[in-house]
Formats: sequence, C-alpha cells, structure tokens
Amino acid sequence: MIETLRWFAVAFGLVLALGGPVAPARAAEPLTWDQALQQARGETVYWNAWAGDERINAYIAWVGERVKALYGITVEQVKLTDTAEAVSRVLAEKAAGKTEDGSVDLVWINGENFATMKENGLLYGPFVRELPNFALVDTRDKPTTLVDFTVPTEGLEAPWGMAKINFIYDSARVHDTPGSIPAFADWAEAHPGRFTYPAPPDFIGSTFLKQVLIELTADADQLQKPVASDSQFARVTAPLWAYLDRLHPSLWRGGRVFPASGPAELQLLDDGELDVAISFYPSEAQSLIDNGRLPKTARVFVLDDGTIGNTHFVAIPFNARAKAAAMVVADFLMSPEAQARKQDPQYWGDDTVLAMDRLTPQQRALFTAIKSGPASLPPDRLGPVLLEPHPTWMTRIEAEWARRYGG
Amino acid sequence: MGATLRRLSEPARPAAGAPALRLPGTGDWTRPVPALTLTLFLLPIGAGLLGTLLPAFGWLPALGGRALGLGPWRALFAEPGLGRAVLVSLVSGVGGSVAALAVVVLFCAGCHRSRLFRRLRVVLAPLLAVPHAAVAIGLAFLIAPSGLLARLVSPWATGWTLPPDVAMVNDPWGLALGLGLAVKELPFLLLMTFGALGQVQAAQRLRTARALGYGPATAWLKTVLPAVWPLVRLPFYAVLAYSLSVVDMAIILGPSTPPSLAVLVVRWFYDPDLSLRFVAAAGALLQLALVAGAIGLAALAERLAARLGRRWLAGGGRGGGGRAADLAGRTAALGALGLGLASLLGIALWSVAWRWRYPEALPSVWSAQTWLRHLDALLPTTAVTFGLGLAATLVALALVVGCLEREQRGGRRPGRGALWLLYLPLLVPQVAFLFGVQVLAVRLGLDGGWLALVWSHLLFVLPYVFLALAEPYRALDPRFGRAARCLGAGPDRMLWRIRLPMLLRPLAFAAAVGFAVSVGQYLPTLFAGGGRVATLTTEAVALSAGGDRRVLAVYAFLQTLLPLLAFLAALALPAWRHRRRRGLRLPS
Repeated sequence: MIETLRWFAVAFGLVLALGGPVAPARAAEPLTWDQALQQARGETVYWNAWAGDERINAYIAWVGERVKALYGITVEQVKLTDTAEAVSRVLAEKAAGKTEDGSVDLVWINGENFATMKENGLLYGPFVRELPNFALVDTRDKPTTLVDFTVPTEGLEAPWGMAKINFIYDSARVHDTPGSIPAFADWAEAHPGRFTYPAPPDFIGSTFLKQVLIELTADADQLQKPVASDSQFARVTAPLWAYLDRLHPSLWRGGRVFPASGPAELQLLDDGELDVAISFYPSEAQSLIDNGRLPKTARVFVLDDGTIGNTHFVAIPFNARAKAAAMVVADFLMSPEAQARKQDPQYWGDDTVLAMDRLTPQQRALFTAIKSGPASLPPDRLGPVLLEPHPTWMTRIEAEWARRYGG
Repeated sequence: MGATLRRLSEPARPAAGAPALRLPGTGDWTRPVPALTLTLFLLPIGAGLLGTLLPAFGWLPALGGRALGLGPWRALFAEPGLGRAVLVSLVSGVGGSVAALAVVVLFCAGCHRSRLFRRLRVVLAPLLAVPHAAVAIGLAFLIAPSGLLARLVSPWATGWTLPPDVAMVNDPWGLALGLGLAVKELPFLLLMTFGALGQVQAAQRLRTARALGYGPATAWLKTVLPAVWPLVRLPFYAVLAYSLSVVDMAIILGPSTPPSLAVLVVRWFYDPDLSLRFVAAAGALLQLALVAGAIGLAALAERLAARLGRRWLAGGGRGGGGRAADLAGRTAALGALGLGLASLLGIALWSVAWRWRYPEALPSVWSAQTWLRHLDALLPTTAVTFGLGLAATLVALALVVGCLEREQRGGRRPGRGALWLLYLPLLVPQVAFLFGVQVLAVRLGLDGGWLALVWSHLLFVLPYVFLALAEPYRALDPRFGRAARCLGAGPDRMLWRIRLPMLLRPLAFAAAVGFAVSVGQYLPTLFAGGGRVATLTTEAVALSAGGDRRVLAVYAFLQTLLPLLAFLAALALPAWRHRRRRGLRLPS
C-alpha cells in the first residue's frame, strides 16, 4: 500500500511538473537546400494529413514510394480526421516542453489551422524559398499561393494544390441547376430533402457558409480584414443567418442532421439520398466516376458570380524531428511530376499550383497529357475565383453556426 | 423478508477448496504480483484523472492557467449544444444498456428450457469478439434509408424509388447509437449471465420453484434473478459506463450537431483553440459525473425494484405457462443477434462490391479490387493490430495467472473492493483520464512507443482476461494439486505441469477475449499512440467519416476477422493438445 502511495506521489509530482515553466522554442537557423538534401537521406517523415479520402491517401502513399526511390526518405502518413488534431498535438508537445524530436514532421494545412500555428510560433521556417521547385509556382496569377485566407504565408508553408468550390449532380436525374446562392434556396424549396452541406467545422461545410456570406452581404470587402467587433460581425453576417433559416427546412433531413464530411456527402449523392453535393476539387467528380464511386452521369456546375477558391499547403512544425527530409518532401510535392499526377482525375483531380509558362516543354507535356473526362469543367468554364475571408470570420461563423443550429 | 432477499441474492461461494496451503515464503514469485498489477492499473488512471482534474479548475500553467477557479465550468456550460449532448449521451447510453439488459432477462426467463438457450452459448463468444466500430459500421450500412434493409424491399414493396428522407442513422436523439450499443453489449451481458447462472445453482432453484407450481418464466424471475443479479451487477455497470462514454460508435452512429458528450470532449481536446483544453477537461469530469450519476441511479433503481419486488415475490403468484415470455425472449434475442450478424454480412458484401447503388439488393459490379489495391496498407496495419493485441494479452495473462496463483497459495480471496478496482478502467470514462495519461506519456517520452501502447491496452484487456479466467481457475479441483504435492512437486512445478495444462481451455479462451478487446480499442490507441500508430480500428473509424465505403468495409471486415481467428484458435488449440486426454475434452 505504501508502495502504491509512493507511486502516486511520483505521478502527482509529474503532473505538477507539467505546469512548470516551458522552455522557449529555439529559433534555429533554417536549413539551406543543400544541407537539407544531405541530411534527409534515411530520415522518416511523419506526415500528418487529413485522411478522409482514400484517393488522396493512395496519392500520399505514391509520394512515399517516389521520395524513397529519389532521396531515401521514408514517408509515414499519420491519418487525421481533422487537421486540428495535428495542431493540437504540436501544442501539447510545446506545453510539455518538447521543443525537439516532436512527433509531427509535416502537416497538410491551410486557413485557420495555419493561422493558429503561425500565431503561436509553432512553425519551422521560413523554409519555402529554399525549395528549388518553388520557383515554378504561379505566384502571380494564383495569389493565394502566398496569402492563405488573407494571412501572408511568409515562407512558413509550401503551396501544394488549388481547390475551388463546385457542385456535383447526377445529370440523369437533375435537369435544372441553380446559378446563384439565392437561386439555390429556390431550387431546394422545389426539391425538398435533396441538398445539404457537411456540418461545420468540416472545411467544405464552412466554405459553403462563406460562399453564401460573400454572395449575400453588402460588405464583402470587410471580410478581408479580421473581425473588428461583435456588432460588425452581427451586421455583416445577418444575411447569412436569414438565408440559412430559410434554406434549412428544405435541406436533407429537414436541416436537422448534416453529413460529417465532404466525402460523406458525396456518398449520399451516390446512394441517391441527394441530388446535389458540394466538392472542393474541380476534377473530383470525374475522379469518383473513374473509381466507381459516382454514376457515369455525374456532372459539375459552378455559380455565375464565382465560387471560393483557395490553396492548400504543407508546413513543418517548429519541433519536427526530420526537418530536412520534410523540406525535401515539400519540394517534391511541388515538382511537375507530383503536381501532374495530382491533377490527373485518375488519381486525385486537384489543380496544380504551378505556372505552365515556367515549365520546360517536357514538363508541360505531363499536364497536357492528362485526360480530364466529361465530368470535369475546363478551366475557362470554372468561373471567377472568390477570395477566402480572414480566418477570424471562419472561426466566428463556425461558433455562431454551432450556437444557432448545433443545439 | 429483506433478509431473505439478501440471503437469496448473496452469490453462492463455491465450497472452499483446500485449506490454505501455506508455503514457505521465500522465493515465491507470485507474492508481489497483485500489488504490481494494481500499481500498473491505478497509476495511469490516478495520474490521468489528476491531469484532467487540474485543468478543469483552471490549472495548466503551460497554457497560461495558473489560477484555480470555476472559469472552465462557466465556459463549459456556455458551450452551445451541451445540454443536448448530455441528453444524447443519456438516451443512447442508458437506453442501449437497459435495452440489452431487458433482452437478457427476457430471454433467460422465457427461454431457459429451450434448446436455443444451450446453443446460443456457442455463438456468443465469437459475437462478443466483433469490435464495436465494426458493429457500428455494419449497422449503419444496414439500417440507413438507403441501406441494405431498405434495398431488399425497395422499390417493389415500398414504392421508394428514392430512399426516404428519414434519419435512421445519426439521428438527433442518438437512437441509432442506442440500438448499436444494445446489439453490441447484448452478447457480453448474456455471456456474463450464463457464467453467473452456473454459480448460483440455477437449476436446483428452478426445480424447487417448479415443484411448487411456479410457471417457468415466473420461477426464473422469482428465484434465479435475485441470486444472479449481484453477479451481473458489475458487468452491467461496466456496460452502462461504457455506453455513456463511448466515442468510436458515437462517431459512426450518433448525431453530429451536437454529438454525444464524449465525442464533444474529444473534439475540444483536439481543437486548435487552446482555451478549449480547459473546457474539455471540465467536460471530461462532467462525463465522469454522468457515469457516476447513472450508476448511482441504477443502484437506487435496484433498491426500489427489490422493495417493490418483495411483495410480488411473497405474493405467491405462480404465473402462466410462459409461452408468451418464451416467444418474446426468443424474438428479442434473435432479433438483436440477427441485426449483429446481418451487419457483418453487409460489411462482407461491401468489401467486394465495385458499384452498388440504391435500390439494388446486391452489388451490380463485383470486384476484388478494393482488397488488392489496399493490400500494401492492410498488411502492416494488420500486423500492428495483431502484435499489439498479442503483447497486451500475454502481459495480461501473465499478471492474471500470477494474481490467481497468489490467491491459491495465500489461501485468501480478494474482497469485493478488489473486484471494483479491477472494474475501474471499465467504469471510469476513457476520456476522463486518457488525456492526462497522454500528457504524462509525452512528458516521460513514452508517447507513440510500444510501452505506452501496450500499457494503455492492458488497462482494458486485463479486467476481461481476469473475468474470463477467475472462475475456471478457482473451480479447478484442488485434489489434483494435492496429489502433485504428495508426489513431491513444488508449487511452481504444480503450476506448470498440472494447473496450466489442465486449464489450457479457459486460458486460451481468456486470451482470445483479451485479444479481441485489444483489437477493438480506439481511444487508447489514439492517445497512447500519439496518433502515429494505426490499427485496423483507428483506420476504420477515420474512414467512417466518409471515406470510400468499400475500403471502410475491408477494414471493418479484417477488424472482425482477427478476433474471430483468435477464438477459433482458442477452440482448436486445446482440442488438439487434449486429443489424447478424454477427461479434458469437451463433452460432445
């Protein structure tokens, strides 16, 4: 018994010790590309990535094979249901004073998760400018490769792919598709129970809310700056809530139940429970058809005034164990080889971040060889790109959504 | 009368076997085992609870919390959807476990004379082996409006050319989750009840009652139930606690806006907004209180039932022929078990489907592609799951045998308190202490390592292994041991040459149970593995958020197959070892 008590005393001490002062993160000089290449061989990169889509997981596994062959790096995907899990893990490690040999080497990230990590000094870098393939990135016509949800990336995350909201429907069953957010509400009323969106904070659900907000609010330019005050938030977002109050009764399950994620919503589309579903990757519909997960009659539409588009990135936590190898993997992800495969609907269907005019003819050929298929819209018919609001809007909208519809 | 009832409800202790065999104290390796086991158990739970308790009152200096206060609680109660989340937990958790118990009582009372009653024992163990997540995944395939059941009868019988817009899964009240819990917990409760029936001389009680003219169902309820309940009480509390705080099943079958309290707590723990860590800690304690309150209510309900039941018992009503009870018990038990089996069938079908749209009753395009494509990922994941289960089971087996052997040698049986301690990891909600454990493991540099993983699985494997092994171990005829002693064998030789070989069957069964428990663990793997270690269960739950249903089915199928193989091995190994020993073979 005494033994047991002593054990408890030790445990108690340990827990209290957790409250001790935290060593400040060492601001180490970022590695140069040559140093990174030298140190990377033999390292294992624990890549924390949202794993809700098997096609993406398969792509990541392919990346692992390639960097193993090219650089002798092993990639282990740590499968997340929400990227916040990785942010939380790094935070927990920082809280426990673990400033090196952390468990996360690379994280697939953007938006509010990036903002949180940047703000809390949880990121390693700036490292992006060291990566040779970054020079191929289209930073001019794709400004979101440098500004993530209005937050400057400052070389702390490397662009990986371009996402853009689009809508998938089954053309065998649906013949009229809405061209705007107000028209969506009319369409839903005419077809009750046949549309829904994933429950925020799922990123596709949250993005749909931002799409509604941008299209309906009179003060869209204010969204590019942080939320200034409660009254401003209430005023700017009032049209969003009025719209949702009107829309929800005609949604799937009367707006009382929402699918857990984007892929879950696409599954409902294939099950015949929905007529229209939201996608974030313009070639996703084609990709799902090729994979036997949507009927061959699935097609895509976008809204007339444009839909939200953004860039997703990879970043390296400040305490990553394999920083060098993580940099090399981040560079490989921006290579024409990796980018072209990612854009191919056969594998993923995620648009490239590269500028075609910065590639050699051979590299360009990799992209022109991609068969986009009948369910993909060509770039000129994807419509204008709307910019993401500042992350504070997303956080506040998610909280307000939970308050209004989550109870 | 109260005294009578209490006497009736006392578990009959098996006749005390050998008088305590006092052995020379030196060199007895079993002596420290019980203390070691308890330490291994209590240390992480105690430290983990503390690591949750302090932040719940604002103490977590690493995140700037240096003042004790009620701030986290105020924030918790201001969280939108909290009330609803608690309600969902209660509806699904209490509803599911009470439904499972009701079916058990109904079935035992109504059908204890039937052939089905004896046959069911055989199929229960494998059903017990099916992991929670797999049951949930299969059930979701089955009962969704576009699921297997609807497809079988649509559109020819129902006219549903499109699936009806009804929330059969993920419903806002957690009813589907409650159903899933009832289906999954029923085999466990039934098995525990069957085990207990043997200890209370149920057959004699029934014979006496029947001779006095009681109907079969009434006889069971009046004479067996009060005796059996004290032995089933703790397992029921464990089911109740588990159901109220389950995470993996709730993610798959439960509502999402808001989810049940346990899921909400896990969400807060993982939120990038650090201030929510305090809310999460307070929520974890609320979860603990919820479980404690539910167990307290169950105890109160038991008293009430005992008080009301007295008059009924003493009233002398003989009851009818029990035909209605037989039918009801049969329907309920077979219905629930049938749902479980049909869920597994759905999983198997989806894993080999390529195209399978509503309302086709069977896949329109079949393919082994899903299996082949994911083979590279499946093999290492399966290997990790297997290795982890094996390690945790072996350690648990060693500790349990050590404890039970100590009990034999010391001639003392642990009291009721020890049984409660054993049940502790099953009664304390996982979310309430696993977070504290994780912070501790990070601090000690153990997170993500095998030590932390095996240890965290051990917490949940060990109680089940103990439950499975204790009775057979204690029931082994002490005269075998005495004979060995007379022939000059020391205590260790007696253990290795007599007891363990003779107990091979229960040992193998306990190992299979432990292995199955380990395979099914979700939260402990997630926390102790630092998110880096993927088992079939963590993969399946991650995929259930909407990944490819066919791949999900492959994982769920494998997740079910692994423990089933363990149970098959547990049957085959003793049969093979004992093929030349008629006395040790199962009576056929």
